[in-house]
Amino acid sequence: METKNIMIVGVGGQGSLLASKLLGHLFLSMGCDVKVSEVHGMSQRGGSVVTYVRYGEKVYSPVIDKGEADMIVSFELLEAARWLSYLKTDGVVITNTQKIDPMPVITGAAEYPEELVKKMSDAGAKVDALDCVSLAAEAGSVKAVNIVLLGRLSKYFDIPEEKWLASIEAIVPPKFLDMNKKAFELGRKV
Amino acid sequence: MKELMLGNKAVARGLYEAGCQFISSYPGTPSTEVTEEAAKYPEIYCEWAPNEKVAMEAAFGASLAGKRSFCGMKHVGLNVAADPLYTMSYTGVNAGMVIVVADDPGMHSSQNEQDSRHHAMAAKVPMLEPADSSEAIEFAKLAYELSESFDTPVIIKMCTRVAHSQSVVERGERAVFEKSYEKNIAKYVMMPGNAKKRHPIVEERTRKLAEWAETCTINRVEDGRDRTIGIITSSTSYQYVKEIAGDLYPVLKLGMVWPLPEKKIIDFAASVEKLYVVEELDGFIEAHVRSLGLGCIGKELFSNIDEFSQSIIAEKLGYEPKNTLSLKEAIPPRPPVMCSGCPHRGLFYTLKKNKVTVLGDIGCYTLGAVAPLSAMEMTLCMGASVSALHGFNKALGESAEGNTVAVIGDSTFMHSGMTGLANIAYNQTNSTVIILDNSITGMTGHQQNPTTGFNLRGDPAGKIDLESLCRAMGIKRVRVVDPYDLKACDEAVKEELAAKEPSVIISRRPCALLKNVKHNPPVKVDPEKCRSCKSCMRIGCPSISIKNGKAVIDETLCVGCDVCTQLCGFGAITRPGRE
Repeated sequence: METKNIMIVGVGGQGSLLASKLLGHLFLSMGCDVKVSEVHGMSQRGGSVVTYVRYGEKVYSPVIDKGEADMIVSFELLEAARWLSYLKTDGVVITNTQKIDPMPVITGAAEYPEELVKKMSDAGAKVDALDCVSLAAEAGSVKAVNIVLLGRLSKYFDIPEEKWLASIEAIVPPKFLDMNKKAFELGRKV
Repeated sequence: MKELMLGNKAVARGLYEAGCQFISSYPGTPSTEVTEEAAKYPEIYCEWAPNEKVAMEAAFGASLAGKRSFCGMKHVGLNVAADPLYTMSYTGVNAGMVIVVADDPGMHSSQNEQDSRHHAMAAKVPMLEPADSSEAIEFAKLAYELSESFDTPVIIKMCTRVAHSQSVVERGERAVFEKSYEKNIAKYVMMPGNAKKRHPIVEERTRKLAEWAETCTINRVEDGRDRTIGIITSSTSYQYVKEIAGDLYPVLKLGMVWPLPEKKIIDFAASVEKLYVVEELDGFIEAHVRSLGLGCIGKELFSNIDEFSQSIIAEKLGYEPKNTLSLKEAIPPRPPVMCSGCPHRGLFYTLKKNKVTVLGDIGCYTLGAVAPLSAMEMTLCMGASVSALHGFNKALGESAEGNTVAVIGDSTFMHSGMTGLANIAYNQTNSTVIILDNSITGMTGHQQNPTTGFNLRGDPAGKIDLESLCRAMGIKRVRVVDPYDLKACDEAVKEELAAKEPSVIISRRPCALLKNVKHNPPVKVDPEKCRSCKSCMRIGCPSISIKNGKAVIDETLCVGCDVCTQLCGFGAITRPGRE
């Protein structure tokens, strides 16, 4: 089995940790070798953050390099564009359409690029963009953006839905389980 | 049962399984989680010490007493703890003592990119280097065995990618370990007469460890099909090499990077046509290989700057680069910023407004150097703001004294700012030191420190009173200010800079991310009153932006700190429900 590479990208503080934890649990439960790599510290202060998830028969490197990601899952639109060069030429970007201005945009030193979904598609990427914040709100909490994204991601894998739900049950606190299951379904079905 | 485990958590697991009973550390990315995770085992006593030197000495004391002990730190922390380390090498240990040092190639959260392996060689202490979480557990346990059988502290070197990557592990049982304290003046009192007798023992120990390195299984040759190239590597570099070359080329994987197995290296070199050494940062192994008279390709091909990845190794080994997609559009950077409601913001705004020269320190507040505040002109190492301020002011006299400050966090002040303040009080400059007391160690993810009143596990603990401490050190002018109150900040900075004696301003307000901090409702902009002057944009708050020419507050981010409302000259920013 060839090693598969998933990148989770976003803005520090958006909560990508749960998503990577869940994926790690899922792939491990399927008997795969797994590595998950993240960076802590200063970049977490509202900076651009990335988590690498790799699984397969034997995984050596903990990181994903340019042109290697099968999937990029992005919590924020600009971040999807920032990491695009890490995508395989036939890879897929799943992105939340939410926009969060970085400081250079806030101060007016730079502008938030327009029409990023179209531009990424024009560059040759398969882009699956969805308004995760609305879907998460529909599920019961805007904090469930991560699970909405995972629901969407699950469509691209030949893994039974029960396996995904079992991992959600294993990772998510019981009191938020129903809400997260709903978020997963909304992301998967929309 | 197989499970995924963070590298640092795996070290903690290894400490637990080895029967470690005492941990004293100082937080520092990427080492912090080792101690935090170990603290979850009630069998291990864990504490945050004021700095790495104190931590290492405390761990030494516990080892002396007969408990397996540990201390963890980041690479620059080992510089602080170098003093005890270099002489502990002479005394050796009683019960095993293990040290983790975590390097940060690529400087994800550090001020330099130093290579800690030099410390192991210089201190004559063995160093193990795990390449994943499973090895982290195994090496932690092995380190205690080595520590006791060779009578030496043992260093485990982590790096960011091993420390902060999760990989598959299996747990083992905790061992029971008991040893008693025995008085031994010749071994533990390092005055010249005794130390002279210990030095030959240290040299002999290194020779024996080098012998052990020849036969140990953690230095292993992995055979390859193509012997035109052979690669010596370790740690995460090993993973990148295997990722690219699989079992194509023979690899000598070093689990112990000091002392090195010379015969193994010579034999390996003889078995391949061309020898490569792949190691991050300095050519440490390479230098040793060359000292054996062996030719190799090392740093002339693989840089000593920044971290590696598989594509870097692939390119150097002559593989075709991967095809990539690219956008024509320039993507604006997203640098880290001070959080919404960060108590440091108001203080830095005040310093910038008064055109004060700011000598800074290590912590979240180093972000005060970033635009638009751009209010910091020097950051060197823990505590240097205070000591350097004294030197700066002595060098330039009154012209600097009235216009220069040091800013330092509460934890950093306890770490090594106090001694700088002692120098100001003793050798007298009219220096103004600002302690940014946010009641926590922020940057590394909220660790307690001696000023917070809580210990590592969050239980009530001794609390050092910063005001009394500064006064006791001889600073008569000590005042506390709320950094959310811009007027009070302005007065404090102006008055203390004007004073003809040393002074301390304590800018006190808990970190806005602390769970127990109560926030105000978000503020709102009245677009009718907003004149688009952008005054509110001068503080670099991520909650404020300009849309269609008017200031807009992101209500999901704003915590109602009211710093921006004080900046608006038109009363356009208000908090609903408040007069």
